[in-house]
Amino acid sequence: MTRFILRRLVFFVLTLFITSVLVFALTRILPGDVARVLLGREASPEAVQAKREELGLDKPLAVQYVNWAGDFITGDWGTTYSTPREDIRDLVIQRASNSARLAALTLLIAVPLSITLGVIAGLSEGRFADGAISILTLSVVSLPEFVTGLFLINTVALGWGDNPIADRLGWFPASSAIRADASFSEALPAMWLPAVAATLVLLAYIVRLVRAGVIEELKKGYVRTAVLKGLPYRVVVVKHVLRNALIPTVTVIATSTGWLISGMVVIESVFSYPGLGRLLINNAIDNRDLPLIQAIVMLTVAVILIANFTADLLYALLNPRIRLE
Amino acid sequence: MAQHSDPVLHVDNLSISYKVGRRWIPAVRDFQLEVCPGQIYGVVGESGSGKSTAAAGIMRYLPANGRIEPGSRVAFLGEDLAPKSRRAMERIWGAQMGLVPQDPGGALNPSIRVGEQVAEILRRHTTLDRAAARERTVEMFRRVQLADPDALLTRYPHELSGGMQQRVLIAMSLATSPRLLLLDEPTTALDVTTEAIILDLVRNLIAAEGAGAIYVTHNLGVVAQLCERVVVLYAGEIMEDATVAELFAAPRHPYTIGLLNSIPRLGQTKRDAALQAIAGRPPSLAELPRGCVYAPRCPLAIEICRTKPPLEAPAEGRLVRCHRWQEIARGEVSLREQAQAGIEDAAPVTGDREELLEVTDLTKHFPVQRGLRNILRGEHPAPVRAVDGVNLGVQKGRTLGLVGESGSGKTTLARVIIGLTDRTGGEIELMGIDVPGTVRDRDKSTLAQLQMVFQNPQNSLNPYLTVGQALRRPLIKLAKVAPDAVDAEIRRLLTEVNLRPEYADRYPGELSGGEKQRVAIARAFASNPALILCDEPVSSLDVSVQAAVLNLLARLQAEHDTSYLFISHDLAVVGYLADYLVVMYLGVIYEVGYGSDLFRPPYHPYTEALVSAIPRPNPDAHSARVRLSGDIPSPRDIPTGCRFHTRCPHKVGAICEQEEPPWRDDGSGHFIRCHRELWDLAERQQATRIEEED
Repeated sequence: MTRFILRRLVFFVLTLFITSVLVFALTRILPGDVARVLLGREASPEAVQAKREELGLDKPLAVQYVNWAGDFITGDWGTTYSTPREDIRDLVIQRASNSARLAALTLLIAVPLSITLGVIAGLSEGRFADGAISILTLSVVSLPEFVTGLFLINTVALGWGDNPIADRLGWFPASSAIRADASFSEALPAMWLPAVAATLVLLAYIVRLVRAGVIEELKKGYVRTAVLKGLPYRVVVVKHVLRNALIPTVTVIATSTGWLISGMVVIESVFSYPGLGRLLINNAIDNRDLPLIQAIVMLTVAVILIANFTADLLYALLNPRIRLE
Repeated sequence: MAQHSDPVLHVDNLSISYKVGRRWIPAVRDFQLEVCPGQIYGVVGESGSGKSTAAAGIMRYLPANGRIEPGSRVAFLGEDLAPKSRRAMERIWGAQMGLVPQDPGGALNPSIRVGEQVAEILRRHTTLDRAAARERTVEMFRRVQLADPDALLTRYPHELSGGMQQRVLIAMSLATSPRLLLLDEPTTALDVTTEAIILDLVRNLIAAEGAGAIYVTHNLGVVAQLCERVVVLYAGEIMEDATVAELFAAPRHPYTIGLLNSIPRLGQTKRDAALQAIAGRPPSLAELPRGCVYAPRCPLAIEICRTKPPLEAPAEGRLVRCHRWQEIARGEVSLREQAQAGIEDAAPVTGDREELLEVTDLTKHFPVQRGLRNILRGEHPAPVRAVDGVNLGVQKGRTLGLVGESGSGKTTLARVIIGLTDRTGGEIELMGIDVPGTVRDRDKSTLAQLQMVFQNPQNSLNPYLTVGQALRRPLIKLAKVAPDAVDAEIRRLLTEVNLRPEYADRYPGELSGGEKQRVAIARAFASNPALILCDEPVSSLDVSVQAAVLNLLARLQAEHDTSYLFISHDLAVVGYLADYLVVMYLGVIYEVGYGSDLFRPPYHPYTEALVSAIPRPNPDAHSARVRLSGDIPSPRDIPTGCRFHTRCPHKVGAICEQEEPPWRDDGSGHFIRCHRELWDLAERQQATRIEEED
């Protein structure tokens, strides 16, 4: 087991290193002189040169990389190019924690719901409930997020807006544009709809996976053994079948956390939610803010790698056949 | 004590159908059976005979597309099970009725500790609390002779060997002291040595518990050794029902007679007589013959057999479904006259022939990946020594039989010789010419000379090629047959393996298992090879089909002067076909001799254990019980000295643990590698002598 974890850790560090080189190279390969971009077209050659020296752009690439990576690791992520020049680290971490909140809420809704639906579908393979669940989830997943997002805004937020309970709670606002530094309880009402939209994206995948897992496990010999022990069907399913059927599901859920934190660009845009995805699109890419892009990409890579690492670990923990090797 | 002898189970008129497409296929018709306490009732049949379906019907546990027909009666402890709800059955299953399934690996939940898997059935059906259930589990593990039962509680199924898994399942099914135990081919997936131990265990436990038991199997040998009564099923119907003694001594149904004749007996060789195969194949349940279901294959079928024979009772406690049972009983008709003589080339193997294949010091070690700990300590983990210095020779036109348990390295040896796996060391010479490592390095003529027939024809034939296409390739590539002559050659090959030439256009999916294996044999013979490696070629086939394939192999060998290296776990089969015999244990050969040496001492102690473990199809043959303790050691950690010393019943002492045993030779070409002298072994092994059976 330790060997397994160590191997994964080495892999983790290596991947992070390679991506950091790629991210660094990307910003250097792009056309245009950073110093000139910063100072504007009118700046004198001397000023540009001075700026280049200030930024260390005159040094060899390897030195530049080591400096950049060193700063990044020690927590100095620089400031944004665009004004007002904010500290990138504070900005990114604040947005990332917003994203993490939304991801957590999404998982809280999506996981129990999709597992329940998947198990029902799997147990009733080929019958009505199976067909209904499959058709429903598949038709939802075929819609792009901006469609489901806009649909939710139109029906729930605008259509139910006058609902006294929703009013009282302040739930389901049409726009989720909250203050970036809002506390969790302040942010919660505005997070429901984006979380539901994200759930709809994940739902079909997890349901299909759980369904397939349940159907496959039900065919196994140990299920017959369990039934013929006289165990109630509920115990057979929950204790014997699910333990094995959910192993692949757990790892997929862990992996999808990476996407939930860093990849919900569309949903965040539709609902104007201040997460990491919107920061990347609106602030970093639109303004060609290279240090900000670098920071977000590096963080994203780290999150996805950690999610995959966790998935591997969970898989090994849940599966005694791997755990003991 | 009249109450004691009341039957546990009384089945009457049980019919079960499966819905396939829109039709209901009758899988079992009119099944009946009565099991008394302490009695083991054998249910025998080939695949498709409905034996497992009948067992499932008795347990009221059918797949979703199965149904028990109205009118069926399954009375368990005097109560009819038919009207019982699922909930009511849940109180019977596990408590009063237990199942020991066929595939022990799949029947245990891979992610739950085995202790819990046994304990949960106790908590469900008894008032035992957690600690008491645990205690009872340990006690059950002890009763099924599992070593270190306390430590076993926390193990996962994959950490146990097949035999241990099956013992856990037996412990599980007996934990609640059920009144009826159903055993569905519980030893089919196990080695013969393990099988023998499990059968002993089942016999003793059933006797001790006084439960009734139904033992479903295809193996008549197991029935003879274990059961009191037996019912023979064919195509879903009872053919015959009798006590085991009566059935084996005086079978009344032509199918039973055919089955008994088709099994090679220990001591029988291809030179004595051809095996009496049953022609044809079992009917499809969807298109059953109108009269007697067995009539299309029955050599005694006459006009009246086109009408359905009733199930008659020739004597008290006997049933038979045949129009001609009286004639058979009086000896007026016999199947014996159909018996063919043995292979004409019946020259005894006295004269040695030239060596065709010579294997010298062959080794195959599989390296084990170095872990981090090994690298840090600079260690190299011990490799898996699958084949560890093997010398053997195969003579022209002869069969060398290779036997051993799984894990003995026999399949690896075959794969190295055929070139599917690279070797670690040693030499292989074919007709005096060195054969390079893998198929990749061998030239066409070597490939043509060396062919192989695999265990499972399901996997060894490409499902997308017709039989003709499968045969065409070796004919063109290896036998260099001219393109315009290929079709004629394909027809000739098919005729040789007793298939009609039309089979050339069929796909493997349209063939039965026996027919597929015939195609595989035809393919092996296509390049007119000098040597064919047969790796368990009949072990996936039904008994009645097995005999025909063995006869075919013997005939083709005589006609083409081909050599075989024949690997099998079934000693009777090897004894029947092999001229010479090699016994392998943990990658090394421990005995070399003639095929017939299998039947009389001295043997190597390991061979003796293999021979005495065979469940022989003769209820009177109470072979001496030589049972091996424990499982075969890991080939990563091979015992020092004689590799067999950890399990040997005739161990001398420290010398066996320290020194490699010497080869001992009786002067006639029979070699045994043992620290004991041959006369010593022979004396100790008198009890295992196989008396001549007919």
